[in-house]
Amino acid sequence: MKKLLLALATSAAMLGFAASAGAQDKTKICFIYVGSKTDGGWTQAHDIGRQALQDHFGDKIETPFLESVPEGPDAERAIERMARSGCALVFTTSFGFMDPTIKVAEKFPDVKFEHATGFKSAPNVATYNSRFYEGRYIQGQIAAKMSEKGVAGYIASFPIPEVVMGINAFVHGAQSVNPDFKVKVIWANTWFDPGKEADAAKALIDQGVDILTQHTDTTAPMQVAAERGIKAFGQASDMIKAGPETQLTAIVDTWGAYYIKRTQQLLDGTWKSEQVWDGLKDGILTMAPYTNMPDDVKKLAEDTEAKIRSGELHPFTGPIKKQDGSDWLADGEKPEDKVLLGMNFYIAGVDDKLPQ
Amino acid sequence: MRIELERRPRASALYAVLSPFIALILTVIAGGVMFWLLGKDPVSALYSFFVEPLLDVWSLHEIAIKAAPLILIGVGLSVCYRSNNWNIGAEGQFIMGAIAGSIVPVVFHEWHSPLVLPLMLVFGMIGGALYAAIPAFLKANMNTNEILSSLMLVYIAQLFLDWMVRGPWRSPEAYNFPVTRDFAPEAVLPEILASGRTNLGFVFAIVAAVLIWFMMRYTLKGFEITVLGQSERAGRFAGFSSRRMIWFSMLLSGALAGLAGISEVSGNINKLQPIISPGYGFTAIIVAFLGRLNPLGIIAAGLFLALTYVGGEAVQLTLSVSDKVTRVFQGLLLFFVLSCDTLILYRIRLVFPGRAVPAAHGGAE
Repeated sequence: MKKLLLALATSAAMLGFAASAGAQDKTKICFIYVGSKTDGGWTQAHDIGRQALQDHFGDKIETPFLESVPEGPDAERAIERMARSGCALVFTTSFGFMDPTIKVAEKFPDVKFEHATGFKSAPNVATYNSRFYEGRYIQGQIAAKMSEKGVAGYIASFPIPEVVMGINAFVHGAQSVNPDFKVKVIWANTWFDPGKEADAAKALIDQGVDILTQHTDTTAPMQVAAERGIKAFGQASDMIKAGPETQLTAIVDTWGAYYIKRTQQLLDGTWKSEQVWDGLKDGILTMAPYTNMPDDVKKLAEDTEAKIRSGELHPFTGPIKKQDGSDWLADGEKPEDKVLLGMNFYIAGVDDKLPQ
Repeated sequence: MRIELERRPRASALYAVLSPFIALILTVIAGGVMFWLLGKDPVSALYSFFVEPLLDVWSLHEIAIKAAPLILIGVGLSVCYRSNNWNIGAEGQFIMGAIAGSIVPVVFHEWHSPLVLPLMLVFGMIGGALYAAIPAFLKANMNTNEILSSLMLVYIAQLFLDWMVRGPWRSPEAYNFPVTRDFAPEAVLPEILASGRTNLGFVFAIVAAVLIWFMMRYTLKGFEITVLGQSERAGRFAGFSSRRMIWFSMLLSGALAGLAGISEVSGNINKLQPIISPGYGFTAIIVAFLGRLNPLGIIAAGLFLALTYVGGEAVQLTLSVSDKVTRVFQGLLLFFVLSCDTLILYRIRLVFPGRAVPAAHGGAE
């Protein structure tokens, strides 16, 4: 028995070494996901980006990943494991991975890290983010056109600037069409929880909204909207399969182009720590096909998209008042990026009190 | 035809010792089959699951970190289970201990003193014990089923923590994220070795396990626990009070779960956040039974369960299988442990309809 075990262990060890020897000449580009790679939303969008990256470079790189990594002590271990396993570049794709990423990056100065949506960086930690608010403005306009009651429901995750900015962009877009448009917000306080997201969707519909939008990761709200026969917007991935008759459009995160660009820079030796915030024009986000709406609404959406893309329209262009009635932006004024990235107030027209 | 379990006249002492190992081997075999069905090489999968994490100092540290709360909670639960008190709510006591212990570094964050850490640990134990006192009180005074009351209190604890970090204790510096402020350096459990992240929490776990092992084996209290657990009536004749035992075992396991909670938060997370445990309080139940309710066995079982967490990540990375594999392994393990134990005490009998069914002797206690 002992001998058998020994033989097994040895052969297993040999296999392990053989596997690692074959992999050595490939550059490892690694990914940490907060959710399941088939969540139909945020994480799936990153995984599609990873696959695009793998297809682009083929045999030159490997793209291992860890999924469903909780934000907390497990994240630090997962990131450290990546760094130790020989990853040259690690993408950590959730806001809550920010502190663990910085911590591990200090220990591994030769490994490069890229953290999505955070605000802390280091010489070997870059950040990247997408101007989701551009898509939300377009969705707001569509919502105002499509809603009969003039009230939309918004399933929000956490009251961080990123999410508050999205709500404001949606409201501002809607009010550019219908100045009386209202938005009801429910804080699900999670990125990824189909049960809670579905409950929030039901609660909003029971409160009388007839359009639903979400800043959470799963298709659960879309499915609820489909069951109840109202329209909704997808988030992060094209969710048309969850609501073929329901989805108006979706903000689709197309990270692939960015991942390819940064990996190329890494291979060329020109990778630098940067704080990237790209938008519709850079291709880091795209709008899913405009469906389930009349042609004039579709036309409006396409025009707005083209204007944002060309730089003619900034979704936050004054005059805009804050929720408390004070002035924020004067006529024609546009906010600086750093104001948007620290946004902790609602603009006028949001029917909710920002959790403080 | 139907299948019946029939109590064996006497259980085999040899198999009682061997059963966890048989369960382990069966788990590994079933796991190998699972990898094979997934189209992965079972040998290299099992290698990176169970062997690779043991070859690296770094991952040994990670195993110790994961094992510490499992062992601490598990030894406390073993006292409960031995005395026939079914505390299923260690997860809640873990959380309440973490919250109570965090009062010092969160509310009095401007107070810097070497006393901070000891106070946190004491508060953590008190918090866990007080939370376990609720099901203990209900059982001792109203004969309420402690399985239900302790389990339901878990959800209350989780929501209370959630409310605390979103409401009163939310950090003013975290961009509205639901976390408390970071603990100051003196509120963080120190690491014990230069080679990695293992902190004092692991020492607490080992010390607690050894102390409880000593208590169970060499003291009258240990004897009392065993007697009351096996037969309350016999215990009464010996002058032992089962009511007092409810209090003792629940408070002890609550305090240890609370200590595990504050150690985890202080040593690893350094702040409170909505989720602070990946289900340690529930996994510790597996640990307690896999360790045959023996504190020293629980040390080994805790390390093994920790290995399944760390190894699960390793196979995810090397073979790109789903993260659910870890859960499947833990489930398989519990299944085999429980079924092996059952088969030691009972044997399977096929009953064919139409024949006379002999009266079952023994049966469940």
